[in-house]
Amino acid sequence: MSETLSTAPLAANRADGGQDGGAGWLRVDPAPARGAAGGVLHLGGVWTLDTAARLDRETQALEPGRITTVDLSAMTRMDTVGCWLVHRTLAALRMAGNEPAVDGLPDRFRGLFEEVVSADRPTQIDAPRVGFVVEILTRVGEATFGLCREARSLTAFFGMVLVKTLRLFAQPQRLRITSLVHHMEQTGLHALPIIALLSFLIGIVLAYQAADQLRQFGAELLAVNLLGISILRELGVLITAIIVAGRSGSAFTAQIGTMKVNQEVDAMETLGLDPIDILVLPRILALIVTLPLLVFLANIVGLVGGGLMSWAVLGIPPSAFLLQFQEAVPIIHLWVGLIKAPVFAFVIAMVGCYEGLKVTGSAQSVGAQTTRAVVEAIFLVILIDAAFSILFSTIGM
Amino acid sequence: MAEADTAGPIIRIRGLRTQFGTQVVHDGLDLDVRRGEVLGVVGGSGTGKSVLLKEVIGLMTPAAGRIEVLGRETGRLSTRGWEELRQRWGVLFQDGALFSSLTVAQNVQVPMREATDLTEGLIGELTRVKIGMVGLPHYACMRYPSQLSGGMRKRAGLARALALDPELLFLDEPTAGLDPIGAAAFDDLIRGLQRSLGLTVVMITHDLDSLAAICDRIAVLVDRKVVVDTMENLLKMDHPWIRDYFHGPRGRAARSAQAGTAT
Repeated sequence: MSETLSTAPLAANRADGGQDGGAGWLRVDPAPARGAAGGVLHLGGVWTLDTAARLDRETQALEPGRITTVDLSAMTRMDTVGCWLVHRTLAALRMAGNEPAVDGLPDRFRGLFEEVVSADRPTQIDAPRVGFVVEILTRVGEATFGLCREARSLTAFFGMVLVKTLRLFAQPQRLRITSLVHHMEQTGLHALPIIALLSFLIGIVLAYQAADQLRQFGAELLAVNLLGISILRELGVLITAIIVAGRSGSAFTAQIGTMKVNQEVDAMETLGLDPIDILVLPRILALIVTLPLLVFLANIVGLVGGGLMSWAVLGIPPSAFLLQFQEAVPIIHLWVGLIKAPVFAFVIAMVGCYEGLKVTGSAQSVGAQTTRAVVEAIFLVILIDAAFSILFSTIGM
Repeated sequence: MAEADTAGPIIRIRGLRTQFGTQVVHDGLDLDVRRGEVLGVVGGSGTGKSVLLKEVIGLMTPAAGRIEVLGRETGRLSTRGWEELRQRWGVLFQDGALFSSLTVAQNVQVPMREATDLTEGLIGELTRVKIGMVGLPHYACMRYPSQLSGGMRKRAGLARALALDPELLFLDEPTAGLDPIGAAAFDDLIRGLQRSLGLTVVMITHDLDSLAAICDRIAVLVDRKVVVDTMENLLKMDHPWIRDYFHGPRGRAARSAQAGTAT
């Protein structure tokens, strides 16, 4: 290992980026040097990122005993990692009660070394660890309070949206017609194929299951009653609402959330535009209009699917199906299903917009809020559906 | 050690041509960046400053021309060669481009974890050193990028760029969006680190104060080519854009401020 010191500038010294396979080394010289009563620690060679993993182990394994001098004159290359390792070794020596004199650090490394030494301050880079039980309690507590806060602020948002919707009746010019139509196209027209396909399949599945069970009693014709009532009252509206929550509710959150990240929402407020008027109301109103229409489509297509399946499996021809349908399924079942649609639409759109407006700062937040929006919307839809069932059964519908 | 490597320029660009459809951005552009200098890159909007940076660091491929960085021709590198080369430079993007799902400390650790086999303990210690070197307060380590100010995000981005002790540092508008005091402090920081770490710095900037304060030479992108010289010599040039740029009111103010601090 060369002990001669180059006078080349530091940059030249770093030239090959550590690809020459040079190695750093350390050596303890226990013989008293320069008349002192202790050993000399020699550090030298290449102390860079490439050699750091080994030097890290070696410096930590060092048990020098009594050291009075640290000789750095044989250093050929250093970077911040190397400087840190030297600094750490010196600190460890001092901790062990040595007062080593540091000798011969080549001038070209002095600036870097001082930079690294001055950057060494007590800094905490990870969150402090706490006990397992405390951790669990903290999380449960945070989640509970978070849930309560969420419920409260969602209710507050609900109130605000309601007030601003009512204001629309007084000031209809506030309504953004273009935006409304755009969102009706996005949430309604573009959702037609997927809603139709899935309802058709649900109808088929239902008819098939009904056929299997009812055939055992020779009551095949009752399949029509079962199909009609379950699709019109519950399945049509529930399936549609869940698809729309996944499709449009999430889109609302992502759109508004991205605008939030880009500070577009801030810009609107600065320009005196109300984000609720511009972003939230058109989406909510659009979904309130389109969801009942989608539910109606889902009902029809679901019944067609069920009817075709009944024809194929049970041998009920379409004419007989329609006759039985008219007798067994009064129109009230259609209304019971459809009346829920605007309520679900309101909840899905409101939750979507609310979570979008709650996005803060980062791209990750958009994803997190979108997930929340879908989960919350589906949860609320099913919860409200249960409430409707109780309501309808008490009033005898 | 590789003396031949030291002698030549750290970046050598020859006959670079960039075009988007029919729009030619660079045509026959030649540029040398010397080892250990701070080179400022300026030019009007659409003259391809950022594009030039992206071509050098391999995010874009030029239509024609040779780019050599640290003695290796980037157009001919294997995947492996790219990996090695990438570890030898650091890039600071305009707004830091920190990973938003990681804390500042974790951001700085990403390159170390990817490219080295250092122990967890040493990575933690080095993270502290790097974050201290860029002058971030200790509480910033555990924060997420969205919780930091713009200036702190840039410093954190710089710490990440310096994580592997690069020889070459690319900065894209490092002082854009900072207040004058913050910008001056950031200039000092870059100059200080450049001296103590022996870095070569290529910075795209529009900040005339930065240009006057810390750049050794300035590369001006005009007429699809580049003119490189010191500020002094550029001031004497007769090209209309260069004259307007450096002799405009802002250019004069920056120079007089610089002259004021020098005396």
